[in-house]
Formats: sequence, C-alpha cells, structure tokens
Amino acid sequence: MNIELLKLLYRNAKYTEEELATMLDISEDEVKAEIKQMTKDGIICGYKAVIDWEKIDNPYVSAIIELNVVPKAGIGFEEVAEQIASYDQVESVYLMSGVYDLNVVVRAKTLQDIARFVARELATMETVNSTATHFVLRRYKELDSKLFIGEKDGRGQLFI
Amino acid sequence: MIDYGSVLNNTVKEIKPSGIRKFFDIAATMDDVISLSVGEPDFQTPWEVRKAGITSLERGKTKYTSNRGLDNLREEINNYLTRKYNISYDPESEILVTVGGSEAIDAAVRAIVSPGDEVIIPQPSYVCYEPIAALAGGKPVIIETKAQDDFKLTKKQLQDAITDKTKLLILPFPNNPTGAVMEQKDLEEISDVLKGTNIMVISDEIYSELTFTNGGHIATASVKGMYERTITVNGFSKAFSMTGWRLGYACGPKEIMSQITKIHQFAIMCAPTTSQYAAVWALKHCDEDVEHMTKEYNRRRRLITKGFNDIGLSCREPLGAFYAFPSIKSTGLSSEEFCERLLSEYRVAVVPGTAFGKGGEGFIRVSYCYSTEHILEALDRIKKFVEGLKK
Repeated sequence: MNIELLKLLYRNAKYTEEELATMLDISEDEVKAEIKQMTKDGIICGYKAVIDWEKIDNPYVSAIIELNVVPKAGIGFEEVAEQIASYDQVESVYLMSGVYDLNVVVRAKTLQDIARFVARELATMETVNSTATHFVLRRYKELDSKLFIGEKDGRGQLFI
Repeated sequence: MIDYGSVLNNTVKEIKPSGIRKFFDIAATMDDVISLSVGEPDFQTPWEVRKAGITSLERGKTKYTSNRGLDNLREEINNYLTRKYNISYDPESEILVTVGGSEAIDAAVRAIVSPGDEVIIPQPSYVCYEPIAALAGGKPVIIETKAQDDFKLTKKQLQDAITDKTKLLILPFPNNPTGAVMEQKDLEEISDVLKGTNIMVISDEIYSELTFTNGGHIATASVKGMYERTITVNGFSKAFSMTGWRLGYACGPKEIMSQITKIHQFAIMCAPTTSQYAAVWALKHCDEDVEHMTKEYNRRRRLITKGFNDIGLSCREPLGAFYAFPSIKSTGLSSEEFCERLLSEYRVAVVPGTAFGKGGEGFIRVSYCYSTEHILEALDRIKKFVEGLKK
C-alpha cells in the first residue's frame, strides 16, 4: 500500500497515472497496480468532484442530524448505522464520541424533504431515542477545497 | 531648480534598473495570466512560527535586540548549522542576525571590498551581487557557468578569473536561476584553487534546504580549507517560508564578523525583534514542516522537469532551489522574445534567462513555487505555444 499515492489522490483524483508516477518517482505500471489493488481492497472507495451547489439554481439543501440511539446487545450501533446508511438521501454516517451517538448528513431538494425524511424514517426507528436537526446554511470549505472565490495569490511581483 | 542628475552618486546612476520590471508590470495588467515567475514560497509560514511571533508581541517584546541579534537565536542558528551541515560558529562572536540574506551579502561585501578590488561572480545568478560589489567600489568579474558543466563553477574557470586584484568570490549555490548545486568534490576543487591565497568567499546558501542530491546540501565552510575564508550566508525566507519576516544571518571568522557588525550596527541597528522570536521557534521545532515542504517541492520539480522535456524544451534536472531552467534554443527565439510571446499569446509569465546575466541567453527561469494544478495548466499552455511555433 502506498500512502503517498493515496494522499495525492485525496488531494486531486484527476491526476493522471503518468503525473502520479512522476511526482512519486515510481513507474506508471506501479501506480496502476497500486490503484487497482487498493480499490480491490476497499481502501479507495470512489472518486467525486467537489461541487459548490450554491452556484447553481435549485441546489440541494443539507442537514446534519444528531441521533441518540440505543445500542443493541452484541452488535452495538452497527445495525442501525447500516440501515441509515442505506438511504440515498444520506451522504455520510459517523459514530461519534460525546453527547450523541450518530452524526448523519442528509441531502435533499428542499428543507421540507429533509424534515419529512427525519420525521418519517429516522425518528420512527425503534432504536432511535431522539434526533436534533441542524440545517446547513452555507459551506465555506468542502473536502479541503475552499468554496469562496476571489482568493488571489498575495505574493508581490518582486523580482527575486 | 536642482539638477538631480548632478547630485546623484555616479555609481548608483550607472546601476541598470532590472529589465524584468517592465515585463512584470505588463503581466500585472492581464487578469488571465498564469505565472511561474515568482521566486517566493507559496506555503504560508508554519502556524506555530506565526504564533511565536504573536506571543512575543503579546508579551511586549517590542524593543531593539542587541545589534548581533537575540542570544538564543544565535545559539539556535549554531545548533541548526551543526545539526544540518556540520559547521559550527561561536554565537558570541561569529554569528550576526541580519535583515534577510540580502543585508548579510551587502554588509559582507562592503566589509571586505575596497575600491578597485575584483569580485568574482558566477552567472547566471541572482541579480544583487553585481550592483552590491559596484556600490562598494569593487570591480565585478563575471564567470559564465555553462550548461555542459551543469552550471557549476569549475576549477578551470576560477583559475582563469583570478588576478592579483581578486579579493572576493561569490558562491551562489544552490543557484537561482539554474538550480545548480556544488557537491563535495566540486567544492574541494574550488578549495584547491584558493589554497594559499587571501581570497575570501561569500557563500550564499539561502536555498540550502532545497537540495535534492543524495548527499544533501554541502556547506562551503564544511569543506577542508574553506572555513577560515568563508562567510556563510543563510536565512529563513526559503527554508521556513518566512520571506516577509526579513530575517537572515551571516557567519564567519570573528575578525571579519566584528567589522560586518559595525556596518549592520550603523545601517540597521538590529533585525526585526518579532521576526527573531519567531525564528527561534522555527529553528527549534520546525524540522518536520521543512521536510514536508521540501517533499512537495521535490514532486513539483520532477513534474516540471519531465513536463519541459516532454514538450521538447530540454531541461536538466535542477538539483537545488525551486527553479527549472529549460533551454528554449530549439525554438529559434531569444529568451526575451520567447517570454514576451508566451505572455502575450498564451498568458504564461516566466522569466528570461538573460535577466540573470548574459549567459542566461537561450534559457528561461521557471519557478515551481506553485500548486501542481497551476504548474500542469501552465505546462499545457507552454506546450501549445511551442507546438504553434513549429508550424
């Protein structure tokens, strides 16, 4: 497993195999083999573009939902977490330390859609004790990418 | 009316303004320019270093320091040079903290050069040495390093340039703009040539952390016979991404350093106090940050070198600093024509090699102090430009 290769792909999944090989000083074949193996092993799980949805009409709305859950004997939080993760609206599910158990990020067309989803699907689950829904108002940074524009190279045009 | 032409110092009047200024001004008026021209790290100063500066201000450290710089900064500079390059200086008498490496070079040249003395300067190199030598009344003697020698200063070239008036040799390695470095055997040859002479050396090692040879950076002063004749200049700008803090240092024999300190004392008083406190932190705690930045520069270096060779602009592997210096001779254009046309037709700014001396003709300097995405986009445009020239 090549950690440095993973870090580069995490930075920019669109680097070509040739560029990755050059940067890491290994062969292109090695890059291909590593990516293939790490994908097979479930280390690389997918590739996505980072999109600022606010820049298009009818964007998605998102909410972060905190869930308090009663863990089940023997399987803990796994069953309910997997059940929640299976919904298409759910972007991510994390088991948390602290005052609540599961952090669920949900994406939908409208606020009402999210409210309905929480009320009908999440809150009604037998093991879910309580929910707290926080709507996302604005995103400033997403997966290391800054979403605000106008950030300029602040370096002076000195001749050095 | 005062005739300003007659009041000005003649030597100053004769210094040519940097020709590149005009070029930068044009680039600045275009908003879609992608630049590979800036010779300044794109990384921020490590946060902990910035915090150390802020903390010093909060604690009211807002006075002058001693002329030579903070005691513990000079001690840490010595620790750093010992740890990294196996050279050691007495913090009490052999180390001076300066306003960037630039002030160190200026003060060292002024302390050594008397009117008429010859100062040997290898070129292509950073543009400050020639005017600084001239301002001290010295006579710059230019050695043009050659591509076939990997832009190193050779024994033969140095021998040929030395006269009985030679006072000082500038060693600008790792080199801006060529990326050349002097390795152990190269420096041993220089040492052989200088043996038995009184010729002093100012070794500008500001890019020492950015050395990509297996052996790593070799400090000139660490080579046999060089310690007693070398003034080592280094600083925080490149290694720690601290350009705006304006902090560097000079180290050398105490007989010379005490004289350099007089110049510093009367011209500058002391280097900025806040920067000195931040620099103490940098030297003590930032080896990992430096390593991280160097690793990233190294990747970009490989990417950009391969990029130019793939385009058909032959590019030697730069082994130091953060510049590539590809040859553009195959295009038939002069360095300036190439840069002007690349800027106006494809909106990419790079610097003509001639900005660093006549020997830079046929080359361009390309900085890789930019993100890989930025570099790849620029390479793409340069490729289109060069392909267009062939048609």
